[in-house]
Amino acid sequence: MLHSSVQIQPLSRRGVRLRRLFRQAVAHAVLGGGGFLMMVPFFWLLSSSLKAPHEIYVIPPQFIPNPVRWQNYLEVLVDQPFLRFTRNTLIATVPATVGQVLTASLAAYSFARLRFPGRDLVFGVLLTTIMLPYAVTLIPVYVMFKELGWIGTFLPLIVPYWFGGGAFNIFLLRQFFLTIPNELEDAALIDGAGYLTIYARIITPLSVPALTVVAIFSFLHHWNDFLAPLLYLNHYENWTLSIGIAMLKGALSGGRDTTHLMMAMSTLMILPIIALYFAAQRAFIQGIVLTGLKG
Amino acid sequence: MISVLRVGSRSRPGLRYRLQEAIIGWAFILPAVLGLLFFQLGPVLASLYFSFTNYDIVTPPKWVGLTNYVRLFTADRLYIKSLTVTAYYSALAIPLSLVAAYLVALLMNQRVRGISLYRTLWYLPSLVPATANGVLWLWLLNRDFGPVNFFLRLAGLPAPAWLSDPNWTVPALVLVHLWGVGNAVLIFLAGLQGVPQHLYEAAEVDGATWWHRFRHVTLPMTSSIIFFNLVMGIIGTFQVFSIVYIIFTPPATEIGTAGPENAALVYVLYLYRNAFQYFKMGYASAMAWVLLLIILTLTALVFRSQGRWVYYEAVRR
Repeated sequence: MLHSSVQIQPLSRRGVRLRRLFRQAVAHAVLGGGGFLMMVPFFWLLSSSLKAPHEIYVIPPQFIPNPVRWQNYLEVLVDQPFLRFTRNTLIATVPATVGQVLTASLAAYSFARLRFPGRDLVFGVLLTTIMLPYAVTLIPVYVMFKELGWIGTFLPLIVPYWFGGGAFNIFLLRQFFLTIPNELEDAALIDGAGYLTIYARIITPLSVPALTVVAIFSFLHHWNDFLAPLLYLNHYENWTLSIGIAMLKGALSGGRDTTHLMMAMSTLMILPIIALYFAAQRAFIQGIVLTGLKG
Repeated sequence: MISVLRVGSRSRPGLRYRLQEAIIGWAFILPAVLGLLFFQLGPVLASLYFSFTNYDIVTPPKWVGLTNYVRLFTADRLYIKSLTVTAYYSALAIPLSLVAAYLVALLMNQRVRGISLYRTLWYLPSLVPATANGVLWLWLLNRDFGPVNFFLRLAGLPAPAWLSDPNWTVPALVLVHLWGVGNAVLIFLAGLQGVPQHLYEAAEVDGATWWHRFRHVTLPMTSSIIFFNLVMGIIGTFQVFSIVYIIFTPPATEIGTAGPENAALVYVLYLYRNAFQYFKMGYASAMAWVLLLIILTLTALVFRSQGRWVYYEAVRR
């Protein structure tokens, strides 16, 4: 077998090139065709959001709305509670994200750089919680917040994230901090700088890419989160986008069909995420790569 | 002078410095440690305790021993239903998304032009929040007016009633899950790009066909990533909740159905109902612990099997 292939190789250079061309063609066909299919739902969402209600119930489905009803968006922004939902979402999302980045990076710095008894044990226990199913902690945490009288407030959506910001984020940041050379910190220590100064003035500025990754995925998590708002936000007034849109789904304004408005709201909810992706594409890709590296 | 000081401070610091470092070290991880105790370990133990009690949140928990567990497996047909629905969903979703993501990643790794465009196209859907996902797929999968069935009819294929035929609800959920496969694709792609080129060159010199190169270089070198995605897939699919809740819970009548004939009654949805709609916190905690044990057992099995199929470079050291 070895022999024959050694003989064949020089002969079939054209064959190799043809085969590579063929492979590329297949790759383009599948990636492009599949990518197109992946985009169809987005297109459908956008197109439905620009239709009149009756145009959604049409056979065959109408892909290009005629006429294009931009006023759906106006209606969502003016009549519907969309702006309130957005405000609520930000009230929960921003502090939770800040807490997550702050406390995770502090802990990660400590785990990466400082030496103290119990460090590796705590880190090990922390890592095992990455695999802990959320369903197991759900009920006791709910009971705890109920005892604290926090049901119906944003606190259950924010406070937990000021406590370490998740084992995975700590792990990710620690890995990154370990790659920063020690020399700068040693020099700072000799100059009498404290550890907090080193964290704030040396580690943080050098870790902007990693911190961005954590901040982005944290923001996404809170923006998209459905379960916590479902459990804790029991008032229409403090609903976030995710729970608000889901609850209004099909149940809006006395018998009137509002599917097109749901679609418009969903589009508006997705828009910032997509904008974030295009603004920080590299951070996204990097974040995903780092996720996989753990394996 | 500086280097002397540095050696001094790094390798054998004085007691005072060591104490200071320890105090600050613990202070920095304190939030994380408290979080670990109050939001992870504490609740895990608390839910174990609750699982042996009758607890409606209003009155204190009453110890009932193993009653909840016994009832789960002997007297609750809906529970068994939720187990089978979840197992069915996982059995479809995990392998399908692994294979699909791996194949797409392989194609993306072919040094094709326009890779960043493809990456974006495939990845964007995985960013869509469950709410928008639900609202959207509710209509995409509509039997009469949805575009999915429109295309199926166009291709001369049967157009099922995805969301109202009990045989099709789980496949419909799998379809929605597959739309978000992009995240796994990019993790695989990163793994594929990390395979050292010289291994392929060596294989080529030895006259390996593309299949041999795939089977003996690519697959073993990316097996640890397959392993990672498999474990994450198990943890994720067994706990699927939001999307099912959004698609199948009619807004006005919160309690009750989970798709036709409860065909979409996934595990966590039933747990949620018991806990937060029937306020059977003890019973739901027992469900949570059974789920924990199921997930632990499955991941332990996967971990145990690792030696047979996962290749780690570091092991050779």
